[in-house]
Amino acid sequence: MSTTANTASTEAPTAVSTSNAADPTQPSGTPSREKNTRGKTNGTGTRATRVLGISSLIGLVWLVAFGLAFSPADYLQKQAVRIMYIHVPGAWLAFLAFGVTALCSGVYLSKPGRSLIWDRFAGASAEIGVVFMAVTLVTGSLWGRLTWGVYWQWDALLTTTAFMFVTYIGYIAVRNLGGTPQARAKRSAVLGLVAALEIPLVHFSVNWWRTLHQKATITPGGDTKIGGLMLFSLMIGVVVFTMIYAWLLIHRQRVLALRDAVEAHGLDRALEERRHEGAPR
Amino acid sequence: METIVDLRDVVAVLGQFPALAGASLTVLRGEIVLLQGPNGAGKTSLLRVCAGLLPVVRGHAVVLGHDLTVDRSGVRAKVGLLGHTNGLYPELSVRDNVQFWGTTVGASSGEIDAALDRLGLSLRLADVQVGRLSAGQKRRTALACLVARRAVLWLLDEPHAGLDAEGRDELDAVLRQAAASGATVLVASHELERAGALAHRTVQVIAGQVHEVEQ
Amino acid sequence: MNTWNVAKLVAAKDLRIEARSRVITNQVLPFAAIAMVMFAFALDNENDALLVQVAPGLIWLATLFSLLILVQRSFAIETADGAIDALRVAGIDPGGIFLGKAAALAAQLVVLETILIGAAVLLYHTEIRLGGVVLLVTTVLAATCGLAFVGTLYGGLAAGIKGRETLLPLLLLPVVAPVLIGATRALEAAFGTGKAVLADGWPWLGLLITFSAAFGVVGVLAFGPLLDE
Repeated sequence: MSTTANTASTEAPTAVSTSNAADPTQPSGTPSREKNTRGKTNGTGTRATRVLGISSLIGLVWLVAFGLAFSPADYLQKQAVRIMYIHVPGAWLAFLAFGVTALCSGVYLSKPGRSLIWDRFAGASAEIGVVFMAVTLVTGSLWGRLTWGVYWQWDALLTTTAFMFVTYIGYIAVRNLGGTPQARAKRSAVLGLVAALEIPLVHFSVNWWRTLHQKATITPGGDTKIGGLMLFSLMIGVVVFTMIYAWLLIHRQRVLALRDAVEAHGLDRALEERRHEGAPR
Repeated sequence: METIVDLRDVVAVLGQFPALAGASLTVLRGEIVLLQGPNGAGKTSLLRVCAGLLPVVRGHAVVLGHDLTVDRSGVRAKVGLLGHTNGLYPELSVRDNVQFWGTTVGASSGEIDAALDRLGLSLRLADVQVGRLSAGQKRRTALACLVARRAVLWLLDEPHAGLDAEGRDELDAVLRQAAASGATVLVASHELERAGALAHRTVQVIAGQVHEVEQ
Repeated sequence: MNTWNVAKLVAAKDLRIEARSRVITNQVLPFAAIAMVMFAFALDNENDALLVQVAPGLIWLATLFSLLILVQRSFAIETADGAIDALRVAGIDPGGIFLGKAAALAAQLVVLETILIGAAVLLYHTEIRLGGVVLLVTTVLAATCGLAFVGTLYGGLAAGIKGRETLLPLLLLPVVAPVLIGATRALEAAFGTGKAVLADGWPWLGLLITFSAAFGVVGVLAFGPLLDE
């Protein structure tokens, strides 16, 4: 990407050498290109994210150690309980991600002229959320098979989770429909807020529905007393997953910003070409 | 003379493609301006920018006193856009259509009747379903809607297409009358013969930019 | 033109178009009735007990599938000859357009649901108790409002984007899940299906009303940005 920037038309060099604030085509939230040396591709990493990334890796090692080895097997579930260390943090992460999407959507809409960075965070967060929700559903399904004997239960929590999953797939589909960045951002932000509104409604209705049938809402670890080392391992899981989420979010947002910058650059090139088209007059 | 359209170096995009690559145009009240140019030159995009439908990415754009880079919605009610489609409801009659669009600005039934009359749509045609009309009749219905809406800036995209010679003359007469009563008209058209007959001024739209033509 | 008048104008226009073209009466209502018959084929076993029990759910399922067609039709009339562009240029309050189209959609839905309930009485041997009539009527009205608001909102979203109508079912069906659940339980209470008692139905009605109110407000606020390019 850096090499094309250097060889672009006469207007472009200023875009490379000045800082982000001066260049209108460079979206906010991307690392300054001044760090680009000798034509090496900069990527989206900065010192802060490298620190975050390495800490996450270390934390992940801890999680594996505690989750698989140090923490005890459950009295009833035996080794199967270890799925919890991925499943519960994954679920926490998915809900956090969707909360962030709703929040960023709301901020973007709250005032006209808000920076597109809010929209990019909303979109990036939803993408990460969907992936982790898929992980949650799959691990939960496997866990359920091991402990209850069934892959699925129609209780309030699972059903709401499944609906959230489908809703956010729809949200991502709409994001990819194209149009100007502003139009896409506005449309997605509205949809993001509507999705956030709809989730509690779905949850309430499913909750009432299932309690009518007097089925106990068993969370998979419900019978297990979680204490001591198990609780500690679970907490590590939550913290590590949150760090991984933050790392993914920052990087994905920057990639989206760079993608928008490429489009803007592409626009400059296309304008040049189009003007050349009309020039012989 | 009041400046109705003031565009300077306007850039507008359709997806990735820069439909307008730095277009500049100034139009005064009561002018009829002909936009000529090949297909894909940007004539339609230019009209849609003036209607406040197509966002302006770069440049200066003020139409009827509204700055389109800030807010595109204010200008719309005062503008009438007749594109490749007519903006009509095929299942409804001519009168129903004109009445619907006229009511959006609070036109009285007298004004509706006057609009129908001016476009030669009373009597036989008024109660016919629009879907059953010929292309020329649909075009006239669409123009009647513009009149009923009291549009002061008329933006017409290839309005003569599909009309026979008589239809085209009638259309030109309507446009001249509209300009005479204070409206401003921009017409995008392929046709060269129309230039002298209809327009006060002609501009060439080529590759997303506007060039004045010696008249 | 204020919002209320815009809504009346647009609703009247939509209903007038339906009266002239009769697309709903000639195509959608028969489709819904046939769906009810198909359900019976799929589910029927020797006794009638099963169909009577699931009848409320089937009524609302048929309604939801028909809703998809109704919403697409509601916006197809706008895109037929570019009227949607003209609506944008008209400069009228988009919230009013939303309410008007939702009102017309609601009117069509009520007719549809009445026919479906009639079909259930005929085909599934559903019985309408006198005591449950109030709950029945209020449920139909509340559920209809919710479906009309959500349908118009998402219909506007899908229509504004060229050639993306196929996205509508994916977006719309998950959102109306609360209506499906609530309206079915409320109808079960109204009909006395299974062990359902009349008193069970009222909380579900509350849910439907909340849903409708929420999406009514959201729709009025959000329709403008969605309609824009």
